[in-house]
Amino acid sequence: MATAEAPPLPAPAPARSRNLIAGLASKYGLYFVLIAPMVVFAVKDLSETGNLSRLGTNIFEGLSNGSIWALIAVGYTLVYGIIELINFAHGETFMIGSFISVGLWGTLGLTLVTGPLGLVLGLLLTLIIAMVACGTMNVMIEKVAYRPLRSAPKLAPLITAVGFSFILQNVGLLWLGGSPEGVSDLLRAQQEVATVFGVRIQRADLLAIAVTIPLVLLMVTFITKSRLGKAMRATAQDPDAARLQGINVDTTISLTFLLGGMLAGAAGLIYALYQTTVWFFQGFQAGLIAFTAAVMGGIGNLKGAVLGGLIIGIVQQTTDNRIGAQWTPAVVFAYLVLVMVFKPSGLIGEETREAG
Amino acid sequence: MAIANPADRSPSTRKYSLESGIPPIVGRLAFVAVAIFAILLPFLFDPISSFLSDCIIALAFVIMALGLNVVVGFAGLLDLGYVAFFAIGAYAVGWFASGFFVDANVHIGVSGFITNLPGIHANFLIVLVAAMILCMIGGVIIGLPTLRLRGDYIAIVTLAFGEIIRVFAVNGDAISLPFGENSNLTAGVNGITPVDQVQLPFLAPFTQLNLRPWYWLILALVFITLFVVIRLRDSRLGRAWIAIREDEVAAASMGVPLVKTKLYAYAVGAAIGGVSGAFQASYLNTVNADQFKFSFSIFVLAMVILGGLGSVWGVMVGALVLSFINSYLIPDVFRTVPKDLFGLDFELTDLGFGIFGFLLLIVMVLRPEGLLPEKRRQIELNEDIDAGETSFEVRA
Repeated sequence: MATAEAPPLPAPAPARSRNLIAGLASKYGLYFVLIAPMVVFAVKDLSETGNLSRLGTNIFEGLSNGSIWALIAVGYTLVYGIIELINFAHGETFMIGSFISVGLWGTLGLTLVTGPLGLVLGLLLTLIIAMVACGTMNVMIEKVAYRPLRSAPKLAPLITAVGFSFILQNVGLLWLGGSPEGVSDLLRAQQEVATVFGVRIQRADLLAIAVTIPLVLLMVTFITKSRLGKAMRATAQDPDAARLQGINVDTTISLTFLLGGMLAGAAGLIYALYQTTVWFFQGFQAGLIAFTAAVMGGIGNLKGAVLGGLIIGIVQQTTDNRIGAQWTPAVVFAYLVLVMVFKPSGLIGEETREAG
Repeated sequence: MAIANPADRSPSTRKYSLESGIPPIVGRLAFVAVAIFAILLPFLFDPISSFLSDCIIALAFVIMALGLNVVVGFAGLLDLGYVAFFAIGAYAVGWFASGFFVDANVHIGVSGFITNLPGIHANFLIVLVAAMILCMIGGVIIGLPTLRLRGDYIAIVTLAFGEIIRVFAVNGDAISLPFGENSNLTAGVNGITPVDQVQLPFLAPFTQLNLRPWYWLILALVFITLFVVIRLRDSRLGRAWIAIREDEVAAASMGVPLVKTKLYAYAVGAAIGGVSGAFQASYLNTVNADQFKFSFSIFVLAMVILGGLGSVWGVMVGALVLSFINSYLIPDVFRTVPKDLFGLDFELTDLGFGIFGFLLLIVMVLRPEGLLPEKRRQIELNEDIDAGETSFEVRA
């Protein structure tokens, strides 16, 4: 019988070692790619200056800058997780958040001479109002532009999102004009708080981190622990089954947009304090970066969005500092393509309907 | 309830309803009439009128949209970086049909005073072929990393490539090529200008003083693209694209080679985009890195989706409508409306962006499947309704 004869084994040794290399490359290649530039820069810094303070500064500033992207990216990822839509208008929500904050400073009379107590209370009030306003606006955008298209072909809401993004950009253009507008540096953002291992820590960095971490933790707790959060996750997995379980899908989707908008509003305020300029086009650029962050981490995944935002922040700062700011977008996007090649569903993995 | 009996529908009526509801002969006559009108259109306007210029740009966008429709509409691969092929096509003109490489002295198939100028000067037809080849290579390179990806991940990777190419275009003036001292990759935001005017065999060289030849050239390119796209759609390859779009796993199990088919889609879409890019560079007489923004990709994608994803005629209508709104209606026609009608003290161009966005919103909400939807998609959508409770009347 033919089956009695053992089929000749394929030459094992070279194939196996090749497979081993291929397996190692696909398993650890990504981490290698992510870490390698940092190691190279670390060695270079050590050999040139004898310490790591330059790299440390890059990473720290990257983290504080990236935390703003993380806040916006969470909004993208929440919305994508639940209705599988790239919400192009989200960056503009963030921009409107900045504009509202700057406008409120004027209304509340916050200036450079305001005392610390007034400043803290005023900024807290601004934060709450900006968050509520942006959240509400996001909910209204969903009602007008996305809900009527719930059963339409998948790409139709993408175009209404682009339409809304143009409308909001035009609002911004009429509001503060076509060029970047400097705003008063309420926190004296550049002022140094401390120096740790040669890394200068500025007020702006502390602010960005101090606002982002509690907000993200709150959001994660809300989504994993509360009933409404459970409803959101159920709707993201299967809207029809969620509806059968008595979940009001429309309300849940509105809630998602509310949360995403609120985070974008908070990011808007921090951005204004951090960069001390606002511009009608800032939302477009930030939206692009935050969307990239959300995809890099694994779209639909909250922790992934935060991680992606932080990584992109670090990549941006390092490139700005060492290669030149004009190349930063190309480096960020090249990083994204690499991550996608090695991990087609993002760093942590996606949590969407198709992924199951 | 007036539910039509399916048996009542004779084969002929079904054919009509499956097509577009109108007999094919009417459609053909309409096409011939529109084509003749389009050919004769320039005689109605001054040879250097700005309206004719708007028409030329609109037709160039028609080609762009037809190319993107191959990728997004036929093969279902969401491409947000289509501007890359506009850039590559335009740089084909910048490199091979201008004085950009001053040290070179190459003249292929050109005549007149151009032969005395330094740089590489190739005939427009040669440049067109070069643009198509470069774009096809670019399309395959961009396509390769997306092969393992699904759905919207493709969108972000194509977007990333579009942005990377833009950054290289902007900063290309700092990258020197190894061909001599004055050879950089691009001229950055200063732009490569002027570029050669189009010279075609047996015709006088084109000039900016008479736009009619430009119009007829781009119209001819539109007809050729249309022919290619329709023939491709109805070919084995086109059916494979649509099969992949509808269900990738099912298509693969029926023997459709996924990698090859997807790469063909990218390459064909890219080549068509390159044709339009090369034409626009020649017509606008500049290759400027500022032209290659992400919003350009979005603009073309809006044309495709608004017109009707996958529908060749719909996409053409979408491209014409959006292009005319953008370059003619908002800046020229309605500019003074607020002042004339309401006595308001602002010009409509301040609101151009917003109005454009508002129109996108309204049209999409009113016609979610696009202006002229693809028949296949329309049937699918209505079949979903049939499965619910409504009758066949929806279709008839």
